[in-house]
Amino acid sequence: MSADPRPDRPDIAPLGVDGVLVRFSTRLDDVANRAVLGFAADLESDPPHGMIEIASALSSVYLRFDPETVTRAELTKALHARASARDWSAPADSAGRRWHIPTAFGGDHGPQLAETAALLDMSEEEAVADLVANPVRVLAIGFAPGQPYLGMLPDRWDIPRLKDITPSVPASALVVAVRQLIVFSADTPTGWRHVGQTAFKPFRAESDAPFPLRPGDVLHFDPVSHDEFDRIRAGDSDGSGGARLEVQE
Amino acid sequence: MSGRLTIHSAGPMVTVQDMGRSGTLSLGLSRGGVADRLALIEAAALLGLSAPVAAIEMAGMGGVFSTDTPTRIALTGAPMRATLDGAPLDWHGSHLLPAGARLEIGPVTRGAYGYVCFVGGIETHPVLGSRATHVNAGLGHRLAAGDSLPLGPDPAPDAPAVALPVEDRFSGGEIRIVEGPQTRLYSGAIRARFTETGFRRSTHGNRQGVRLDFDGDPFTAEGQLGIVSDVIISGDIQMTGDGIPFVLGPECQTIGGYPRIGAVIPADLPRVLQAAPHAPLQFRFVTLDEADAAFTPEAALLKRLRAAAEPRIRDPRDIADLLGYQLISGVTAGDELKGD
Repeated sequence: MSADPRPDRPDIAPLGVDGVLVRFSTRLDDVANRAVLGFAADLESDPPHGMIEIASALSSVYLRFDPETVTRAELTKALHARASARDWSAPADSAGRRWHIPTAFGGDHGPQLAETAALLDMSEEEAVADLVANPVRVLAIGFAPGQPYLGMLPDRWDIPRLKDITPSVPASALVVAVRQLIVFSADTPTGWRHVGQTAFKPFRAESDAPFPLRPGDVLHFDPVSHDEFDRIRAGDSDGSGGARLEVQE
Repeated sequence: MSGRLTIHSAGPMVTVQDMGRSGTLSLGLSRGGVADRLALIEAAALLGLSAPVAAIEMAGMGGVFSTDTPTRIALTGAPMRATLDGAPLDWHGSHLLPAGARLEIGPVTRGAYGYVCFVGGIETHPVLGSRATHVNAGLGHRLAAGDSLPLGPDPAPDAPAVALPVEDRFSGGEIRIVEGPQTRLYSGAIRARFTETGFRRSTHGNRQGVRLDFDGDPFTAEGQLGIVSDVIISGDIQMTGDGIPFVLGPECQTIGGYPRIGAVIPADLPRVLQAAPHAPLQFRFVTLDEADAAFTPEAALLKRLRAAAEPRIRDPRDIADLLGYQLISGVTAGDELKGD
């Protein structure tokens, strides 16, 4: 392995015979994630010769290539040149896409809110207010179809995953751990804490647009009463769960 | 003429599979598709196709099938007991399936995944660019008695049956792996022990991945709890938090936080996924140059296999209506398979 990667000097390593991994950090790091999103978007809009597909994770971009079209060495050289061409972590010019997602917190809709608030030395109300005060960015999409890793929450939210896995947390649940949030695509066993519930489906297999979220989207979780939430969920027919998308040019 | 395939009974994991999805990895949906990619390429070679088509994948146990039009089929992947109206069928070969005939496919005799492929392919509606059932993502479903699927037409059902010599990849064995970005998180001693360990394919295995059983201490990496979640792909050998290795399959998750000691090279991945429970598996690191040398693009592989397919030599006494055959065409038809 070469020197530790940095957001301005990524490490490029083979991943299998027909892939490379471009790593901007070996840790979860907000600046590195911005670089990941910027670099991935550039690869999508201007694919290097021989690229088949890419996927980005929290701190890295994976690129699958066609070894008949380009060699690993040629591709690696081209990626190094592109990576050093500019500061990929600089905020994008456009304000992008902002989602507002109605969310019920605590009680049956967030059975682990109380213990989460206790870890933060806050009341449940304070914890919810703190959680929703800062919108979060889609750091990566993955693990399950359409499922967003969201962040970064302030340092005080650096709470560990549970040692004992919760056997099943429902689809569309809002869960928290290690300064990140996830909205689940499906019912999932997890060590993340279940603090709220949305009716937003990150994967809609039957829809013309099965993947509503994109990396870099900004999400606001708007607290609603349990009664209001139940009404939204009962009336939802397309999986949007009452979410509103603002697109700013 | 297009037709329909009827499922009269099916084992617990019988699904429609093709070569999977390209371009959805960034959306959290892994490529999916056949567990044994070579098996679908072999089927295309046996049927004289220029590219693989959607087929039926059968994990461990087959089913009973019939079609309403005559069509050629190929049986590939893990050998299974197969009969056509009660008469035994050779595996690794093509056969004519007459309209209404009963194709019965039983348990695997070796390996894990068997395939029945129809010349015209299964023509269900593609979802996100593929017909592959992705069990984990909820795309498509396990086939069951009463299901009926559209089939593409067979332009030449009377073309002669062919066979393909196939190397055994159904009994485990030595697997070549390459280093990945996290390999060096494992000490030299751990990496050496990994390659010296005689693993067995666990009974826990599915399209997401195959667990490996072994005797001895778990395989742990330095600082493995602090590793940032990263893109994972089929073929990666990922260790759980307990240090138990899994080889990831076509329906693996797309991002994972557990470290990976290396990746199985594509040429050897079918051998891992086709290993039956308890089959022995041993890993050997090869250099990237060696891995590159062993890499054959799938289109080139198909071309090579089409050239290797040969008309099956049949005992005339086994042919019920010998007079109905044009024996000479059975010899010349081999050429058809070599061109595109």
